[in-house]
Amino acid sequence: MGEPFIFWLFAAIVTFGAIGVVAMRQPVHSAICLLGSFLGVAGLFVLAHAEFLGAVQVLVYAGGIMVLFLFTIMLVNVRRTAGEPFVHTQAGAGLVVGFLLLAIVGGTVVASYRVRALSGFGEPANPARLASTSITRTVTDVVDGKKVSTTVTEDVAGNSQAVAWGLYRDYLLPFEVASVFLLVAMIGAVVLGKRTMERVD
Amino acid sequence: MIGVTHYVALSFVLFAIGVTGVLIRRNLLTVLMSIELILNAANLNLVAFSRHLGDLNGQLFAVFVITLAAGEAAIGLAIIISMYRLKGSVNLDDASELKG
Repeated sequence: MGEPFIFWLFAAIVTFGAIGVVAMRQPVHSAICLLGSFLGVAGLFVLAHAEFLGAVQVLVYAGGIMVLFLFTIMLVNVRRTAGEPFVHTQAGAGLVVGFLLLAIVGGTVVASYRVRALSGFGEPANPARLASTSITRTVTDVVDGKKVSTTVTEDVAGNSQAVAWGLYRDYLLPFEVASVFLLVAMIGAVVLGKRTMERVD
Repeated sequence: MIGVTHYVALSFVLFAIGVTGVLIRRNLLTVLMSIELILNAANLNLVAFSRHLGDLNGQLFAVFVITLAAGEAAIGLAIIISMYRLKGSVNLDDASELKG
């Protein structure tokens, strides 16, 4: 029991969910399997000391993206495809390529483990730094008409606060670019999904 | 003990399943779901190494990957809906105009 048991449980959920996505005939069944896979990944995030990311995974993937998928499945009204094949005629070649990829990447991981590049089995190098960090910042005050700078060191507790410091201090520009990206994606989705209107002259 | 190797192994299994799904499925919706699986595999890798190295940057990068995945899903599903309006089906085989 303990961590290995939970890891293997979530790993099984993730793997069988992913296989279900690929193997199920109806898109709705694929979506439900995908939901299970997302939740399993969220559990693995929490297990790997990334609690904030686990919560984001549940909210964004299992909440938002899954609802988008289900609404689209409902809108496009997939007809009953009882007799039709649900895979390409070249599905055999695709499967071969998939297993080749698995073998190549798996062989790479095994080889790098042999040369101790991934000295993997054991405790993380420094798990405390993921959950807490100390922030040093300079505070400038005006005292008696003179500027006085003092250096303040604060301890940050918890994974969410550490992520917030990283996101809003070290990665502020990428964060803002991501917001612009989301705006562009939203406008693009609205324009693409809109019916072409009759031109009123 | 569960180490970074376990996470990396699970991540590449997930990645390979996703690539196989992209290659063999005919339904465009399922192809998009397989792409989400691939992005999840990348996130799992980032978080595993973030834990292994005790470095927060992997988690921060994973936040941006999740943002990209949300935008990609929105645009992809909008494209699927407009293709359905155009052709009345969401099968990849029916989108063959560029085949020549």
